[in-house]
Amino acid sequence: MSLPARIVDFGEALRAEGVAVGTSELLDAFAALDEVPWTDRPAFREALAATLAKSPDDRRVFELVFERFFFRAAEEQAMARDVREQGDAEAGITGGEQIDLDNLREQAIQAIRDGDESAMRDLARLAIAALGRRGEGSGVLGVDVQRIRRALDLRSDGQRRDDGGEPLARDQIRRFEQQLRRELERAQIERTQELPPARPLNELDRALPSGPLQDLAAVHRVVMQLKRRLATQGHEARGRRRHAHVDVRRTMRASLQTGGVPVVLKFRPQRPRRPELYVLCDVSTSVTSASVFFLSVLHALHDSFRKMRSFVFVERISEVTDVFARERSFKAVSEAIGRDAGVADVSGYTDYGRVWREFLSLVEDDLHPRATVIVLGDARTNGRDPRADAFARIAAHAGRTFWLNPEPRLYWNYGDSVVRAYAPFCELHECWTTRQLEDFVKALTRPQHA
Amino acid sequence: MPDPTSVPDVDAGLRSVGYLPGESTALVAYLAARLGKPVLVEGPAGVGKTELAKALSSYLGRVLVRLQCYEGLDEAKALYEWNYRKQLLRIQAEAAGTGWDAVQDDIFGEEFLLARPLMVAIASTEPVVLLIDEIDKTDQEFEAMLLELLSDFQISIPELGRIEARTHPVVLLTSNNSRELTEALKRRCLYLWLDYPSREHELEIVRLHAPALPEAVAAKLVDVIAQVRELDLKKPPSIAESIDWARALLLLGADEIDEDVFRATMSIIVKHRTDLDVVAERVGVRLGLAPRPA
Repeated sequence: MSLPARIVDFGEALRAEGVAVGTSELLDAFAALDEVPWTDRPAFREALAATLAKSPDDRRVFELVFERFFFRAAEEQAMARDVREQGDAEAGITGGEQIDLDNLREQAIQAIRDGDESAMRDLARLAIAALGRRGEGSGVLGVDVQRIRRALDLRSDGQRRDDGGEPLARDQIRRFEQQLRRELERAQIERTQELPPARPLNELDRALPSGPLQDLAAVHRVVMQLKRRLATQGHEARGRRRHAHVDVRRTMRASLQTGGVPVVLKFRPQRPRRPELYVLCDVSTSVTSASVFFLSVLHALHDSFRKMRSFVFVERISEVTDVFARERSFKAVSEAIGRDAGVADVSGYTDYGRVWREFLSLVEDDLHPRATVIVLGDARTNGRDPRADAFARIAAHAGRTFWLNPEPRLYWNYGDSVVRAYAPFCELHECWTTRQLEDFVKALTRPQHA
Repeated sequence: MPDPTSVPDVDAGLRSVGYLPGESTALVAYLAARLGKPVLVEGPAGVGKTELAKALSSYLGRVLVRLQCYEGLDEAKALYEWNYRKQLLRIQAEAAGTGWDAVQDDIFGEEFLLARPLMVAIASTEPVVLLIDEIDKTDQEFEAMLLELLSDFQISIPELGRIEARTHPVVLLTSNNSRELTEALKRRCLYLWLDYPSREHELEIVRLHAPALPEAVAAKLVDVIAQVRELDLKKPPSIAESIDWARALLLLGADEIDEDVFRATMSIIVKHRTDLDVVAERVGVRLGLAPRPA
């Protein structure tokens, strides 16, 4: 296949992953490739990246797709022309048994520390030869990679090495693991003489943080960006929706200058909607981190809302509004909520029916048509009565009711999930990526008459 | 200076004017000069987006025309404006009896046009480097107005007609990513993401800007900065702040970054009160320094 056709294919692969690659971008890519030597791999990649991937997100996807696409393309060619490793692959593996493991380990650590890609690749091949169980392995690449890593005793930061050497950085080790994975994959392709099916990229690596409190800095970055975007979102609307309502009083006053003839119309300014929020978050183990994350986002944005009260629940309900008023850091908040959840948690199983009842007794008198109720939960009742009637009563009192489900839509109404029971009374949103969350918050604060 | 002919050319050129480009920066700069496409440069504050434009202009020996964007920036301030005072004077100076047509032809000429940065860049007889700084601060309408300029390098003025670029400017747009730019704008640009540099790269930059700083101190400085960036801060230190810190250490004559020096100069790299607390606590410990007695 010619190079232009390959590039077009590559564009298709990017599109399949959701990167907007237009024809004009492809034309730019060709123009750029005219200017750089395409035998120089980094230059080739950067030239394509500069013309095809136009945001940090796109760039990340681009790197992944680039690796996968050109690796597959090379392997496909090798198979088509029946190119094999020098010597038989089997020979390499039997030879591997004489490799001194300690020596290999030292060299690998050195290469990883220096970040020497080609040395890492060679050592990865040696390691596979030495530890690869005669090329069979477990059949699952990830398992093999981890087994070899452990056999080589490569550990990241935190854990000190036995010999007292300096610990390796986690992402350095990750690069070595990538090399291992590629070499294993190559060996597998050689053995079976066919390409494994192309899998789409894992959607989950763009998802909300799901582990307990992993990477707080990343969470905060998302919140900061959200905040800035929300602060600017009114501007684009200003121009278009300027002529919404004539302010009669101001128009009349202005007309005094022109002898009572209303020459200049004055319009009522567009004010962003500042809803009163009641937020209910499930903090049972399955959805804790999504809930805490969501709550911190809302509280970081508290000045966009007239008033906000937040509750967490598992089996019972507990108000946490003042926790957010008091604590500034995400970590302290999650710890405090962890403690509060102890109050709300008796058996560890969510009881939605009871939660609705308690919520009603707490705030029923305060609810009014301008209030917005947001529930975040997976609607898994553990087989208990969903009490949709109580929920309907809440929805009837409140102006708007939203339900955010941190599970992908695919899992709704499976098992003990009773999303269906609540669906008639609220607007349902899927909310398991930062993008979905951002869309929701935008919808929430969009000016009225939109 | 003639146009660059290869990527290493650009790399060496940028280095010669005191800017150390990362691996993709030189390539994208080269492509921008060769293809005549604008470049959209994004990245955190203080990684050298604006500096890149300045370095390019001095390397290429071109004048730098800069348009600083802000909310509410409009055509009159970015493109052109009619100098209506001068037009009025002109009309008054014309004695009665001149026909309207003659006056009209007169007052809508280039003589009465006040050129703003974009117009200057387009109309210049010498090729220039045009820097449109912080494009994300403007409204979407303004972005739309830029499209004609960026793809065809021309400006339409209703009274005069079309003004086409006499020379081809190198255009750089910078953005802090505080709002999504429109697809239309992105499509017309090459994209360059500038991030915090790797350790070696940053060390090189610090050495370039503070050559008198002892090697060991510079290395430690870069290490500390890298540690600070990993913390959860409101505003992580940028390259500009590393350089400031290096210069401050130089002024103080520090030959070691120990606890006292670090505490005294910490405020150069960290600019929020809450951040200061976090850094004092965490980095002090990591440096192996004894925490300050309470």
